[in-house]
Amino acid sequence: MITLQWLYALAGAMFAGFALLSVLDPSNPKRFGNGAFWGLMAVSLLAGDAIGDLANGVLVLGLAGLAGLGLIGRSNPPTTGAEQREAFSARLGNRLFLPALIIPATALFGTLIYNYTPVGSFGWFEPKRETYMLLAVGVLLALATIFAWLRPPAIAPLQEGRRLIDAIGWAAVLPQMLAALGVLFAAAGVGDIIGAMARSVIPEGSVLVTVAVFGLGMAIFTIIMGNAFAAFPVMAAAIGVPLLIQGYGGDPAVVGAVGMLAGFCGTLMTPMAANFNLVPAALLELKDQYGVIKAQIATALPLLVVNILIIYVAAYW
Amino acid sequence: MNYWPLLGILLVVIGFALRLNPMLVVTAAAIVTGLLGGMDLVEVISTFGKAFNDNRIIAIVWIVLPVIGLLERFGLQQRAAAVIRAMKNATTGRLLLLYLAYRQVTAAIGLHSTAGHPQTVRPLVAPMALAAAEKQHGELDEATAEKVKSYSAATDNVGLFFGEDIFFAIGSIVLIQQTLLTYGYNLAPLELALWAIPSAIAAFLIHGARLIMFDRSLGRRPR
Repeated sequence: MITLQWLYALAGAMFAGFALLSVLDPSNPKRFGNGAFWGLMAVSLLAGDAIGDLANGVLVLGLAGLAGLGLIGRSNPPTTGAEQREAFSARLGNRLFLPALIIPATALFGTLIYNYTPVGSFGWFEPKRETYMLLAVGVLLALATIFAWLRPPAIAPLQEGRRLIDAIGWAAVLPQMLAALGVLFAAAGVGDIIGAMARSVIPEGSVLVTVAVFGLGMAIFTIIMGNAFAAFPVMAAAIGVPLLIQGYGGDPAVVGAVGMLAGFCGTLMTPMAANFNLVPAALLELKDQYGVIKAQIATALPLLVVNILIIYVAAYW
Repeated sequence: MNYWPLLGILLVVIGFALRLNPMLVVTAAAIVTGLLGGMDLVEVISTFGKAFNDNRIIAIVWIVLPVIGLLERFGLQQRAAAVIRAMKNATTGRLLLLYLAYRQVTAAIGLHSTAGHPQTVRPLVAPMALAAAEKQHGELDEATAEKVKSYSAATDNVGLFFGEDIFFAIGSIVLIQQTLLTYGYNLAPLELALWAIPSAIAAFLIHGARLIMFDRSLGRRPR
């Protein structure tokens, strides 16, 4: 069976390649910083389960130190220029989209086939992780297609990948750091404190105010934690279950489902959800790292109000 | 109750507001929170390291970068822009509206990992949106180009968040179900997924309206 370990090995090998090519790139004044940074990522992916918790912690401190002290930076690996690319685009035409669509198509149809036909019963992939495995299959198929068709230099995938990962920089690692911070917040009891504070601001007897505090609490706690999953159990324990469901007799399905979506409105507004908000800013090379969040606030706020109203109407009609 | 761990949150808020390097801010907040929560330094670093290791699946998505980079080398972004330029009626707003619907529907049937910022937004959606904006507006100044790119990424997020919960086998539905089960409410995942639909429609209407308004503002400025 193909497990997550295989994917970690694949990704680890890729980061090891990035590290090696970084160190060997004399045109980049920060080549050793980049090499160390992606090298640590490679170690984490290849050997994270073997080196123990404390070593993993020191590794993370190393990543933070390299990024925080400005020791990593963009690089200029060999690639094509704008004019060459226009020429390729004109010559190759719309067939260029085919390899680009191999990855989403493999993940999409592969997941469908794996889940809704007897193929899934062969147990090729680790349960619940098949889309990730199929993503990797799609990547390998796309690489094979590009090599067969366009014959780039053998080192080109790693060089082009390094060009992109260096453009993203530390933002590529931040989501994992934030997930780890969430674990420490939980271990230190931050959730219980926030829950108690939210409960203390509610006047008795007003269903609408209670629903509003629940929805706002989900959003605000999600903004703080960067993740609605961390907020939900806390707000359910503090307000959702004791007041909205048991106290006022609300429909638990509505309170649960729409409460979570109120939290998602918070995800749209926080840099803590780096994966969704800061990483794309880096990927799209925006000047303003908060540009994506700014584009989302005017959707998130009215949607939060709507979600609060949906709970109020649907849970109590 | 021990309120001191909240200092960690304060540190994060201040750090992000001052735009300090987030990697340092997060690490400092983690250490401070852990220490104030009663752990010793070695324990804090070990907990942080273990949690980082447990979340390595987040890093898997970067394996698409070599493919995206190779295709860029052969002019994929230029091609995506050329296709949009050839379409008479393509506008940024209509294009993103279509992508919003596509993202919501595919996420709703459990295919949330098949699109995303590295897989689809950078190589396809953003260059297409930029090309459409140039048709509407003429050459884009930097602020407008930034806005088009930001809206492209924002549309992906809104579509994902307010589509995925309609799929009953997703993590957040399982979490809701498990949490409510501990209080004795045994709900079917499908029941919860059903209640994600009104919000999904609201998200499409609100964000869609903003995309159309964005279209108008792009068209209004001089060509």
